[in-house]
Amino acid sequence: MSSEPREGRRDDRGGRQGGGGGGRRFIRARKSCKFCADKVDYIDYKDSRMLGTYIPERGKILPRRISGTCAPHQRMLATAIKRARNCALLPFATD
Amino acid sequence: MRVYEVLFIVAPNVEEGDIETLVTQFSDIATNQGATVAKVDRMGRRRLAYPIGKFNEGHYIVLTIEGNGSEIAEIERRMRVSDAVIRYITIRIDEDLKRAEKFGARRAARAAAGRGRSRGRRNEPVLPIGSDDDSDEEDED
Repeated sequence: MSSEPREGRRDDRGGRQGGGGGGRRFIRARKSCKFCADKVDYIDYKDSRMLGTYIPERGKILPRRISGTCAPHQRMLATAIKRARNCALLPFATD
Repeated sequence: MRVYEVLFIVAPNVEEGDIETLVTQFSDIATNQGATVAKVDRMGRRRLAYPIGKFNEGHYIVLTIEGNGSEIAEIERRMRVSDAVIRYITIRIDEDLKRAEKFGARRAARAAAGRGRSRGRRNEPVLPIGSDDDSDEEDED
């Protein structure tokens, strides 16, 4: 209940309860966390090929709402990507 | 005892033999301080994602060191001084590994418990209690 106003701002989020009368609700298949499915416990920052799939064109970290990664895994992933950037395995920015 | 991962990048213009001497040099520092070098991983020559200094390539080497931390300071000091090492990063991994182990153990325990339960209560009605781990249906409404 308390988190609803914050979430209700965007209507295009999966099958969530859309705010008041924001038009049509989009019913989309719930995305699932790939790391949970593969039972990954530790995301290695040296695995640049795997991390690369979470780096879109611009070199940013792919947000959770796009990839469907769960919160604990997204945290691990973000740390791993930042470490990989530090040792030139991934770019900070690309154009 | 802590476990560290020391990744360093050696400039591409350094000879293979010189890289080996660097690796043994750093390993010796660790062993002299009472630490052990658990693993030396040579990831080989790789393209850098962005230029460092004036280099676009580098030799990646990862040392896995078990120690108390004092040897890391010395190794890092040497790397800073060395011209051959163009980048280094040290990461403490024992806590992450411990956590990963815990998750793995918990998953195994849960899997075992789930199997035991389903076999034990063959004739009883199946109660919709904790739908074990990866419950695909998460429809809240």
